Amino acid sequence: MRKFEILGSKDTRSGFGAGLLEAGQADENVVALCADLTGSLMMDAFKDAFPTRFIQAGIAEANMMGVAAGLAIGGKVPFTGTFANFSTGRVYDQIRQSIAYSHTNVKIAASHAGLTLGEDGATHQILEDIGLMKMLPGMTVINPCDYNQTKAATIAIAKMHGPVYLRFGRPKWPVFISEDTPFVIGKALMLNEGTDVSIFATGHLVWKAIEAGHILAEKGISAEIINIHTIKPLDVEAVIASAKKTGCVVTAEEHQMNGGLGDSIAQLLALKMPTPLEMVAVNDSFGESGTPDELLVKYHLDSQDVADAALRAIARKV
Amino acid sequence: MKLYFCDFMRTVNELQTIATQVRRDILRMVYAVKSGHPGGSLGCADFLTALYFKYMKHNPSKFELTGNQEDVFFLSNGHISPVFYSVLARSGYFPVPEMATFRKLNTRLQGHPTTHEGLPGVRVASGSLGQGISVAAGLALEKKLNNDNSTVWVLTGDGELQEGQIWEAVMFSKHYKIDNMIVTVDFNQKQIDGSTGDVMGITELSSKFLAFGWEVLEMDGNDWNSMDTVIPQAQAKLGQGKPIVIIMKTEMGQGVDFMMGTHAWHGKAPSEEQMNNAMAQLPVTELGDY
Repeated sequence: MRKFEILGSKDTRSGFGAGLLEAGQADENVVALCADLTGSLMMDAFKDAFPTRFIQAGIAEANMMGVAAGLAIGGKVPFTGTFANFSTGRVYDQIRQSIAYSHTNVKIAASHAGLTLGEDGATHQILEDIGLMKMLPGMTVINPCDYNQTKAATIAIAKMHGPVYLRFGRPKWPVFISEDTPFVIGKALMLNEGTDVSIFATGHLVWKAIEAGHILAEKGISAEIINIHTIKPLDVEAVIASAKKTGCVVTAEEHQMNGGLGDSIAQLLALKMPTPLEMVAVNDSFGESGTPDELLVKYHLDSQDVADAALRAIARKV
Repeated sequence: MKLYFCDFMRTVNELQTIATQVRRDILRMVYAVKSGHPGGSLGCADFLTALYFKYMKHNPSKFELTGNQEDVFFLSNGHISPVFYSVLARSGYFPVPEMATFRKLNTRLQGHPTTHEGLPGVRVASGSLGQGISVAAGLALEKKLNNDNSTVWVLTGDGELQEGQIWEAVMFSKHYKIDNMIVTVDFNQKQIDGSTGDVMGITELSSKFLAFGWEVLEMDGNDWNSMDTVIPQAQAKLGQGKPIVIIMKTEMGQGVDFMMGTHAWHGKAPSEEQMNNAMAQLPVTELGDY
């Protein structure tokens, strides 16, 4: 098992804020909208650098999505900023018609996703957003795993044309992807080559997968750990190649089983190459208040849960 | 008669001729597929004729999605697609015969307007109500950022004002002084289930917009003199720091006697007998049927 150096502890939303500033410096067409959560989304640096290109939309997310679509029609590259819950469920029809179906070049930046939002509780801890967004034809769905990857993803999506859902979170989290790692949309990132089990992880759970890799290594199990930052379009080749090599699969994410990364990989493998698969995800349940660490343990999204799922997957190999 | 897409000298007689042909197009499209929304389309035929053939500075022969440096129109109440398609085709955005494909498999003229099949003249999908003013305000803001002095027009239904997003957009537009946008409300006071007053009262409409800080004008959308007075008044108010709304009284089904005075023709196609009756009231013009 490869050693991962922890480069720091930073929140992924700060990676978004830094990436947005850099994207704004590189392209004057980049504009940003925010629904009264500028500080939470770390958009202040962009706002201060480009005051005329920052649009405070107030607590009116539906209108914000429509305004973003209009800005994109004229040629701007708008980023909308609010919590993941209000970036998806609250505005699903606006995204579906004015952004996805109309293929407007809007980047939906969604913070505070998942259980690790913590104490605010289930009203704000959306665990369905990946599913909602990946079902929309033409929507790119990205869930980066640390500060550096979120920053790189933000810069990368500003350069592509088409609607994107970019999901990130609130808590400080280990930084372990180097600053110079290229971010290629739709391309899985191999973190550790292994032979016994493939672990496909996204978002905060990538670090948990790495910790699980160490737990497994102590038992003499070689885990292949692959970071799927782009859930849609899925890197089909990378998933198939790894599953073929190891013969069993674990998926890990901070999302419902229904509609998440595991659901995408299970669908792919069932259709192309049936393979034993175990999912680490929230099982048809809402979250609750608590610290991020407490919640990940209670809802079985911790490193030990990933390692246990790997053992179950290995046991199912024929 | 030659058709120039933008002609400020166009006479009432010419506009009347175009509007009559547009009404024929609407009914022939809906009748051919026995589906679509003739009532509101007929009500707005005069207004859209005035916009597309007289008042908007636009460029149908070289359609650019961005709409940079030209006036842009958004249809928020997308179900009145027949009237939209007719004025787009007749003003040169796409071939007139293509109207025969309305709502048929593989058409660019989908039931509700969309960019998805690449129909020139359409810049965003609409049909799910309440979204058009937001999108228009976004493009208007984009024009301001680019120092583009052209105008963004948007038409909404009156029943559509029951959607909450409308009022988010109304508040937003005042806050950002979107004074390069003219919203027109098709005030026919009818919606699918009956009169707007019975379904969900949208009372004191002018006062509502005034309270939000907008410029409010009122107009009869089936009266050329009223439109020739009020549209230039609205244009004269552009650039003065306030968003502009025209509350446009129309008659659903205007031009076909048995379709007027009722909400019954919101989304219903005529029978053969009714179609013959309607066509007799709208004799074919020199523009010819598609």
